[in-house]
Amino acid sequence: MSAASGRDAILGSIRRSLGRGPLDEAARAAVDERIAQPKPNIVPARTDIPQDERVELFTSMAEAVFATVDRVSGPDAVPGAVADYLAQHNLPPALVMAPDPALDAYPWGERPMLAIRRGNAEEPDRVGVTGAVMGFAETGTLMMTSGPEHPSTLNFLPETHIVVLPAEKIGGAYEEGWAHLRAEGGADADGGFMPRTVNLVTGPSRTADIEQTIALGAHGPRRLHIVIVEGDAP
Amino acid sequence: MDATSRTFVANARAGLQDADLQTSLARFQGGFQVKRADAAKRLPEFEALRDEAKAIKDHVLAHLDHYLERYEEQVTAAGGAVHWCQTPEEARKIILSLCREADAKTVTKSKSMIAEEMELNPFLEEHGIEPVETDLGEYVVQLADERPSHIIAPAVHKTRDQVADLFHEKHTPLGRTRRLERVEELVEEAREVLRPRYLAADVGITGANFLIAETGSSAIVTNEGNGDLTQILPRMHIVIATLEKVVPTLEDATTIMRVLARSATGQEFSTYTTVSTGPRRPDDADGPEAYHVVLLDNGRSRMLGSEFREVLRCIKCGACMNHCPVYGTVGGHAYGWVYPGPVGAVLTPNLIGLEEARHLPNASSFCGRCEEVCPMRIPLPGLMRKLREQEFDQRLSPVAVRTGIGAWAWLARRPALYRCMTGLGIRVLGMLGRRRGRFTQMPLAGGWTAARDLPAPEGATFHALWRKGRRA
Repeated sequence: MSAASGRDAILGSIRRSLGRGPLDEAARAAVDERIAQPKPNIVPARTDIPQDERVELFTSMAEAVFATVDRVSGPDAVPGAVADYLAQHNLPPALVMAPDPALDAYPWGERPMLAIRRGNAEEPDRVGVTGAVMGFAETGTLMMTSGPEHPSTLNFLPETHIVVLPAEKIGGAYEEGWAHLRAEGGADADGGFMPRTVNLVTGPSRTADIEQTIALGAHGPRRLHIVIVEGDAP
Repeated sequence: MDATSRTFVANARAGLQDADLQTSLARFQGGFQVKRADAAKRLPEFEALRDEAKAIKDHVLAHLDHYLERYEEQVTAAGGAVHWCQTPEEARKIILSLCREADAKTVTKSKSMIAEEMELNPFLEEHGIEPVETDLGEYVVQLADERPSHIIAPAVHKTRDQVADLFHEKHTPLGRTRRLERVEELVEEAREVLRPRYLAADVGITGANFLIAETGSSAIVTNEGNGDLTQILPRMHIVIATLEKVVPTLEDATTIMRVLARSATGQEFSTYTTVSTGPRRPDDADGPEAYHVVLLDNGRSRMLGSEFREVLRCIKCGACMNHCPVYGTVGGHAYGWVYPGPVGAVLTPNLIGLEEARHLPNASSFCGRCEEVCPMRIPLPGLMRKLREQEFDQRLSPVAVRTGIGAWAWLARRPALYRCMTGLGIRVLGMLGRRRGRFTQMPLAGGWTAARDLPAPEGATFHALWRKGRRA
């Protein structure tokens, strides 16, 4: 059976079950409108709070799912916070960092002991550093998108993932992320605004497949460390 | 896969006698139930979200043809391809030809019940391609040459000791000769064994929790991150999904996501929700070069026109089996096919035939907990009752059962006679059992008295007491 006839047979079977032919113009237009003008459904009220409380909520939700959060006073403090975290966890001062221009603004040169490579994660990279498009206070979730400046492998291969997130990028609900992507990708893009991969990440990798006992680092990172940067984004 | 649903009764008996299974079952349900209840309590909008999620799926099902067409347009626009398959055989053939196109020797797989439905692993093996399951529970099940016994916790039937023995046996040839004890050690070893497999895989196959018509995206939710390593490292990403997974927009998917993890594991949100659209872009740093969606019907389009349409709202969260006393007693393997528990009792007869699976809708006490916790408000007991009616109408149950039910129905339609007969019966039984107060044997009720005594009735029938009470 050719692919085209499989398609026709399935669509035909659906229409027989629905007791109609193809949708008429009016019904079609209504459905297309729903797709063309996406509207949020019920959005939980828990994130209807001022920005500073959203940062608090983001922090507590992320910590509840085993992420660690560090809040630093400004961009200048970021390299030191990263170096301290690595030292505290007996990790080597070597990391692979996303080739993201936003990360260039932190003064990494002031920490010459940090060996930094920019690019994709590869075995056996142990520490990855990336930014994030947004954070959602609703559940302490980070949104990251694939692209030349953010290899998705960085989110999954290294056993420690450090995310540097300006506090102003913390929003409320996931819907704000979709609105952001639509705006960035161009409103006229007609669905073409999506990057290849959008990762919503809530805590480090975990599994409870053996006796419902939670173990971290099943396949993805064992540790997710979020450095929230107060003050103006660089 | 070959179904063993026909022998449900024997399967269930075997499950009851399996000490390891009983240990595992005793542990798992309580935890899931408490976590789900807590998660629901923490979100004031939870019940309203369930209503909304149900309405979204009902709307999609009523316009399924159009949403699928729109979805396909967007997949194609993003550089991917959709392959429409009516049967599992067609789907397997397409997947094999895609794997050959990618010159695949090994394929990593992220958990998918649809892959079980199409018996994909044995098929790939027969054709010289090695499938590697990467979800920890699925990996355990694959090593043990078993089937998943739960749709979100595939190895829930296994104790830690059994997994330890299994890893010891199967990993010894890899030079890992120590028998591990602790869960963290077992997870660590699986991580180390599977990491090179991800890096070597030529094709990655994932399922889909959602297909999004607006963007032509597929979305998966996992906790381990295995679905991500499966799809971003190999050259080709193949998504397998059934028709009813489509939703209109990202916002609609989001609404359903809010009830999915809470209903399944009681998490606020799964660790990884990943939305994938087409192959990697020309200037992307990584990602698959090719993106294919194998869209399987396998009876769903027909079910859409039946009285079982509502079960197509299912989002495969597992809440019904986490709360089912029958599942919790006999385990998932007893159900004999891909989907166990209450949703399996409705889906299985519809997908492989009622004759094959007629026991499943009977394996319910109709306590109603499955319907109570189903995030999509599927009336599972009501649907099981319809299947029982079909079983009777199609004369699939044994003659003795049909005769008994027929006789009872005849009597029940004649209230005066019914009251007279039951009144008489209760007096006779009461007199016969007066001395001991119970019966250890009873004609036509051997199944009941085999494991317990039947108490002798005292006083009048319920009907009689009810009438007297009302008059008093």
